[in-house]
Amino acid sequence: MRHLRTASAALIGGGTGTVFALLAAIFIAVAFINPGFFEWPSLMAFLKQAAPLVILAAGQYFVIVSGNFDLSVGALVGAQVVIAAKLIDGEESRTLPVLGVMLLFGLGVGLVNGLITTALKVQSFITTLGMMLVLYGAIRLWTGGAPTGSLSEAFRGPGRRGIEGVPLIGEIPWAVLIMLGAGAAAIWLMRTRFGRILVATGDNDLAAELSGARTGTVRTVAFVFSGLSATVAGLLIGGYAGVSAQVGEGMEFTVITAVVLGGVVLGGGRGSVVAAMAGALTLEALFTLFNQMFLPASIRPSVQGAIIIAAVAYAAWRRTRRPVAATATVNADPS
Amino acid sequence: MSPRRLDTTALIYLALAGVVAVGGAAVAMDGGNLFSTANLVDMFTRTSLTGFLAIGMTLVILCRSLDLSVGYTAALSSLVAATTMDGDPGRIVLGVAAALLVSGLIGAAGGAVVAFLGVNPFIATLGVGLIIKGYLDTRYKGPAGDVPALFQQFGYTRVAFLPISTIVMLALAAAGIWFLRSTRTGHHMYAVGGDIDIARMSGVRTKRVLMAAHVLCGMAAGTAGLLLAARFGTGSAESYTNLYELDAIAAVVLGGTLLLGGRGGIAGTVAGVLILAVLDTVFNVMQINPFAKDVLRGAIIIAAVAIYARRQLGRTARRPRFDAATTGAGTGRP
Repeated sequence: MRHLRTASAALIGGGTGTVFALLAAIFIAVAFINPGFFEWPSLMAFLKQAAPLVILAAGQYFVIVSGNFDLSVGALVGAQVVIAAKLIDGEESRTLPVLGVMLLFGLGVGLVNGLITTALKVQSFITTLGMMLVLYGAIRLWTGGAPTGSLSEAFRGPGRRGIEGVPLIGEIPWAVLIMLGAGAAAIWLMRTRFGRILVATGDNDLAAELSGARTGTVRTVAFVFSGLSATVAGLLIGGYAGVSAQVGEGMEFTVITAVVLGGVVLGGGRGSVVAAMAGALTLEALFTLFNQMFLPASIRPSVQGAIIIAAVAYAAWRRTRRPVAATATVNADPS
Repeated sequence: MSPRRLDTTALIYLALAGVVAVGGAAVAMDGGNLFSTANLVDMFTRTSLTGFLAIGMTLVILCRSLDLSVGYTAALSSLVAATTMDGDPGRIVLGVAAALLVSGLIGAAGGAVVAFLGVNPFIATLGVGLIIKGYLDTRYKGPAGDVPALFQQFGYTRVAFLPISTIVMLALAAAGIWFLRSTRTGHHMYAVGGDIDIARMSGVRTKRVLMAAHVLCGMAAGTAGLLLAARFGTGSAESYTNLYELDAIAAVVLGGTLLLGGRGGIAGTVAGVLILAVLDTVFNVMQINPFAKDVLRGAIIIAAVAIYARRQLGRTARRPRFDAATTGAGTGRP
């Protein structure tokens, strides 16, 4: 009985559980309109398409829960795809070395974001906004305006292909497996010492600092994870959709929408990584629902905007009415 | 308080002078003249659009809020103005009023979501912007409306090297400076941005102040939309793709207003707008690759904020007495 009450409180509480209730509601609506959606092939196709956003959401979660933003992920995803196309230039043998370069580049961008934010005390909004401009300009400067080169077949594999001939399911896309792996890693990370310090830092960095946490270090590492997630997402999107100058455009806002939809609070300290990834799935499911309802694609932003405001307003309303899990407030006493 | 603010503003104008000097020298070495009439006109023309947006943005950022919807508001305002005027000079006043009303209402909607529903301003105004984007994309497939030639003068006429739009922008900036320095609501904006809880406990009606800032920001964006309409001669839904809101935020931050609210002002913002315009013109005259411009602009914004942060750190280190007081207030927030 008590479990039931806790469960229902979690579902409508505006926190982590709510996003799963929302996801279920959207799936039910989709099932009503198109029962065929829940057959394995179309479900797998849905997950394959959602994988990049889910992975980006996990990366963005680390940054947001520590009290920062990362607005540079969209530009970074675009940069990675363009870098891959230009460096590989259709040569199969270059696939692995270029993947290494992309990895280093993603980690490097995250590290620079983190160091500027923590060591130079520039707000992350400005740091990553500046990084977005720099990446956007630098990539076009390097390629002369339009992306050049092409991707190799091996590079496109993870985003396109999968394990075929699995009984019952048919084909399991690599993207789905990568998504599950990244999700599991993110959940594990949040249970380690690092994860706890990260949340504590986002909740109250002064208190965390006074308790001996290296807040600057964990925040920087969070940015590095975000850069890593953008690299993986770039690999999947490049494979799935190919190269164009528009790849990643506006993605930073979609990802932040997804994370916030998962009940993660901007400003840090609250929300779980599972819910952030579920928020990304919910957003993708919502776009699928729009497709099924034959809504004109141009109206999507309106619905997305209305939903994100409603979701956050609902969560804020629940929080002020009944502070469920009040975090310990630490009185700052310098002595 | 006031000498400190003067300090930052003076620093920014010093930086502006430096940018002008270095830019002028660079152009001169390239064999050009940055201060020729054509270049001055180009420079000042660049200031007006970002200027309108940045003046409004300063108000919301001072209140520790943000408005990511201004680009969409400006696009919608240009359409409202152009379709209302519909080529008839007699309907100019009506068109201007309609555009300002609509943009003020959009600002009010965003402000209400922030103030009354307690939604993070980043999300609230992003949401409002997306809603407008969906409306624009669905309703308008291309340019719409017709701006009478008389109103197009707002976009093109100039007095010597100063375009009318820039003069209007500077007048609006002067009004904004007066508003922040001399009115009660203006002072309250600093209080709300400094610490909203303390402001409320001191009797400031914080929600009204937030609403006022957002409505004014929306109307400033509406004015920018009027300028767009005057320049294009028609309403243009596509203009939001230029990400004007990020330009405006960059100018505000470059002008020394803290993104965390409570400190800064419109005088600094105008300098920020001018710095960006001078840089753009210099790059343009020297025919530097437009993509290099983006790179440099991003780097400059980060560097400027890093320098401001350094100055602030130095100051708190010098005054340990106030340090204890501010940290105590900071953690009192839930």
